[in-house]
Amino acid sequence: MSVLAPFGSTPSPSPGPVIPTFGGGGSQSCVAKNGQFCGAWFVDNFGSRFAPRLVEHIELTAIAIGVGVVIALAAALFAHRHGWLETPFSLFAAFLYTIPALAFFELMVQVTGINRFTAEIALVSYTLLILFVNTLAGLRAVPPDALEAAQAMGLSQRQTLLRVELPLALPPIMAGLRIATVTTISLTTVAAYIGVGGLGQPIFDGIQTGFKTEFIAAGGLAIVLALAADGLLVVAQRLLTPWARRRRA
Amino acid sequence: MNAGLTNGGYVVSGEETQAGAATRPAAAAAPIGFVNVFKRYPGRTQAAVEDLSFEVPSGEICVLIGPSGCGKTTALKMVNRLVPMTDGDITIDGKSVSGIETAQLRRGIGYVFQQIGLFPHLTVEDNIGTVPRLLGWSKGRIRERARELLELVGLGAEDNLRRYPGEFSGGQQQRVGVARAMAVDPPIMLMDEPFGAIDPITRDRLQDDFLRLHREVRKTIIFVTHDIDEAIKMGDRIAIMRDGRLVQLDTPDNLLAAPADEFVADFVGADRGLKRLRVWTLNDLELDPWSGTKEPAAPAGTTLRDALSLMLTEGATRVTVTGQDGAVMGCVSLERIAAMLGPQPRTPEQQAPAP
Repeated sequence: MSVLAPFGSTPSPSPGPVIPTFGGGGSQSCVAKNGQFCGAWFVDNFGSRFAPRLVEHIELTAIAIGVGVVIALAAALFAHRHGWLETPFSLFAAFLYTIPALAFFELMVQVTGINRFTAEIALVSYTLLILFVNTLAGLRAVPPDALEAAQAMGLSQRQTLLRVELPLALPPIMAGLRIATVTTISLTTVAAYIGVGGLGQPIFDGIQTGFKTEFIAAGGLAIVLALAADGLLVVAQRLLTPWARRRRA
Repeated sequence: MNAGLTNGGYVVSGEETQAGAATRPAAAAAPIGFVNVFKRYPGRTQAAVEDLSFEVPSGEICVLIGPSGCGKTTALKMVNRLVPMTDGDITIDGKSVSGIETAQLRRGIGYVFQQIGLFPHLTVEDNIGTVPRLLGWSKGRIRERARELLELVGLGAEDNLRRYPGEFSGGQQQRVGVARAMAVDPPIMLMDEPFGAIDPITRDRLQDDFLRLHREVRKTIIFVTHDIDEAIKMGDRIAIMRDGRLVQLDTPDNLLAAPADEFVADFVGADRGLKRLRVWTLNDLELDPWSGTKEPAAPAGTTLRDALSLMLTEGATRVTVTGQDGAVMGCVSLERIAAMLGPQPRTPEQQAPAP
């Protein structure tokens, strides 16, 4: 149970399978019995124990996705213009993708130390493959007739990219973004292993202390966060690509 | 009448077109000249276009036609430099296209092609507004122009402005394509098999509507097709090409009446005599006085083909020709038509019918 002692977390004051005397009030009995899920305790402790972790989790994910999008987009644009980059970058991203997450975090700690930067390196790495592949596929799927029209109308390369290619590549890019986001939210829980916080922290704590409510609540929050983020991206995609749903009746 | 062509360049500036083509017929057109134009591709001995020289007068539709690989599309695309020419010169209103900056050149040339190429992510208004936006037109002016153009191409309904290309049929999309090409009222248009992918009935309507539109706006047009019937219908003049060379450049009627060689005769088809029937209307014939007998009647604008068809189905040898108000103008006999199309001199003017 307590094999996974995270680097940054403070060891529990009392060793062994101790049920902590968290919180107070009416939830005491459920906590004392270490019930499956003590709702009252969760509600009482949400603000102090979970909300800050949730914010950290969102920050870690957002930074990873943001940086990942920038790198993958730049690489995909370059590969789209100059064909040779595709294979090396795909291989590189695929290689990163195959590294087991725990090993990756552990490995990076040796290089860059225990900090957010280390966590982000690993998290960004996992987003690259899907974002790169989807962005490149999107750019390549732009109808050639639209490109010919753009050329014939005197649009510059830059104007063509911004006004024609990227908007038309958006559906596959957004699909990749959804997968990357959900995956990263899930992976970020593992990043707590190197003590950078996020919802992984209460999960590790809960596992260590054996207090079920804590890790179930944290895991549940991670799931809810992933679903919410995915839902937001679906809404964003619908707003950004209104043409995709409008077809001749 | 080259309002858009003065002031040191043929390129249409935003200001000069403000009045709009539709409200000001023949606002801008410019002659196009090919002067000893060559296109050679590296590694190929046969030139794609070889020593091509001809002139398209202002406001005319010149059709380029020939078998596939004859260089007609290459010739067209050298005008807006989608294909760079190897040698020679192409001029628009006397100015070499090589001397004009690419983007500026292309914004001044309407381009319509078979695949249409509307931007699926933009509304019809934004599609039409693409080049105007590059030229810095205001939103209101773009909307006004888009509305005017949709009206002109027969898609006048107000809500069409906000619809996406995917919501239209192929024929309607090409109407939008034509509207988009005319957005900044360019003096010339290049049309590369514009109706080639559209079903025959719709194509026929598009051709008719486009000819009507052309009578209003009078652009100089190079029109590529592989369909001789379309060439005869659309062209003021037809240039037949073969292996990169110009074989014959003539009016549709002369081309059908006097093909320059066997290749042309073969290309226009053994039924060229019948095809000529479509070039002429009853209006172009000298009418015989009406005999007062009961005959099938046809309006003066009827093509000889349709008039002949009417005679055949009615078992008659004459038709009564009626004017716009339905009044009898005279009659035309089978012999008159035969004499007209025969080898001897035809009408006094020896001229193709006015387009």
